[in-house]
Amino acid sequence: MICCRIVNRGQRHVWNHAQIVVILWNDKTGVRLIKPSKSVVARNFAIEKLEQTGRFVLFLGQVVRYTFKRPVRVRLYLEQMEKIGVDSVPIITLSSLAIGMIFALQMISFLQPFRAEIATGSAVALSMSREFAPVVTTLMLIAKNGSAMAAELGTMKVTEQLDAMETMSVEPIHYLVVPRVIASLVMFPMLTLLANVVGVLGAFLIATGAYELEAATYLAQMFRDLQPTDVYSGLIKAAVMGVIVSTICTYHGLHSLSGARGVGESSTHAVVASSVSILIADYLMATVMMAVMY
Amino acid sequence: MSAIIRLEQLSKSFDSLDVLRGISLDFESKEITSIIGQSGTGKSVLFKCMIGIMAPDEGRVFYKGKDLVEMSEEEKELVQRNFGYAFQDAALFDSMSVAENIAFPLREVLGIRNRREIRQRVREMLEWIELPDIGDKNPSELSGGMRKRVGVARALAIKPEILLFDEPTSGLDPVLGQTINDLVVRVNRELELTCILITHDIPAAFRISDKVAFLHQGEVIAQGPPREVIRSEHDMVRQFVENSFSSQEV
Ligand SMILES: Nc1ncnc2c1ncn2[C@@H]1O[C@H](COP(=O)(O)OP(=O)(O)OP(=O)(O)O)[C@@H](O)[C@H]1O
Ligand SMILES: [Mg+2]
Repeated sequence: MICCRIVNRGQRHVWNHAQIVVILWNDKTGVRLIKPSKSVVARNFAIEKLEQTGRFVLFLGQVVRYTFKRPVRVRLYLEQMEKIGVDSVPIITLSSLAIGMIFALQMISFLQPFRAEIATGSAVALSMSREFAPVVTTLMLIAKNGSAMAAELGTMKVTEQLDAMETMSVEPIHYLVVPRVIASLVMFPMLTLLANVVGVLGAFLIATGAYELEAATYLAQMFRDLQPTDVYSGLIKAAVMGVIVSTICTYHGLHSLSGARGVGESSTHAVVASSVSILIADYLMATVMMAVMY
Repeated sequence: MSAIIRLEQLSKSFDSLDVLRGISLDFESKEITSIIGQSGTGKSVLFKCMIGIMAPDEGRVFYKGKDLVEMSEEEKELVQRNFGYAFQDAALFDSMSVAENIAFPLREVLGIRNRREIRQRVREMLEWIELPDIGDKNPSELSGGMRKRVGVARALAIKPEILLFDEPTSGLDPVLGQTINDLVVRVNRELELTCILITHDIPAAFRISDKVAFLHQGEVIAQGPPREVIRSEHDMVRQFVENSFSSQEV
């Protein structure tokens, strides 16, 4: 026999909604099993996710509102630009150089049988500027700065620093989140541009140095095939991803649960959520850009 | 005299834990009020509801007759400018130096831009808490008691109308504790600021306060001038009073 009833239980996580619990019992043994059915679990999960999404959208609204609210604290913007931008130059240079070189190696070995290896330059330049530079830069910055944003704000939250800020009429979103978002919006594209240049340079070094392709022809073909829109589109992507990463990571920081564990979890969630989001966003943007830009 | 802050039937619970259960209290302007009670009865929660960084489940908080709970964020922000809050764990900004911590409310609340003026007021505050040379240090380099005093200095910096001190003397040695108590009395007398403190230092609380409120299990079980509360018949109050005064005589 199966019967359903609605019970209200004030537990954490998925269970903080009125939920349907299916009570099963066996007439012979009298054993009673109380467990929520799978569909109920799924529904509560969906409600929870919807709620979270709603909160995040409200948060985004506030970020936009505070971006245009005075005072504009230029010093904080510059500080974050240094942290996200200037301090990331070495790691972005290194990773994009490596990618450019490896990519060139693979392309050349693939194109050689067709005697088309001179097209390596175009292939690297196009894919770097459209895809690899923004995505790799963003992933690097998530690891380097995104996790730090979540951990820093999370620590401030659990040590009541955010409360203290609020009592001094400073809204943490205004003081902490907005500078990070703006700095990301500016610096992600800048670093992507750097990654473009360095990646292409790395490929050039491999092609002309290790494989002795003719530099002039290589460059001529590359610049013939590479259009400004290829570069712009990558930069636009990077800017969008900068906003996605910084908002997701700061959001997780502001909402971290108490204790070292809470902070650790929030920065893990921030990294996972922002990585997945930027890959999805990249796919969507690529689809749109394919249709309208290239 | 009219109450500058009035709490009416304030309730707050976390999940199934009822922390505050209908607290009604008046805080008179320009007086020192001490809140006493066992650890975990919700004294810090009460402060957070009073200043509006935690929303009570039920009840009202009136600041000069205006209900803080009903206010919009903007209005609340304006009211909060009249408060100074020294947190129990100091809550210093660890990305800033001590001096920058104290300068923060001067810049953000009072809008002072003049660097010389800020430096001067920071120095004055550091002298008040008897730590004149730590301005350039980072909060992480300080001892717990030093951090706590910097928290007090940060709350005092703007000389707000109402000061909330959450256990300003716990964790300090008796001499320093006395210094902080003297400081509270001084700002109350000289600057005529309303001071509300949470404290476990019963003798000091009874000595310096105009009014004492005793919290137990989320309710006010005794309140009034020290000489009245000290004669309270309530078991808890008596235990508290007896223990703290007998230990003093040793
Ligand atoms: N943000 C919160 N989430 C959940 N529970 C909380 C929260 N803040 C406080 N509590 C709970 O509320 C109760 C009262 O806490 P509070 O910090 O107000 O105690 P207190 O009276 O200040 O004690 P102490 O004298 O030790 O500082 C505690 O049981 C605590 O676990
Ligand atoms: Mg407390």
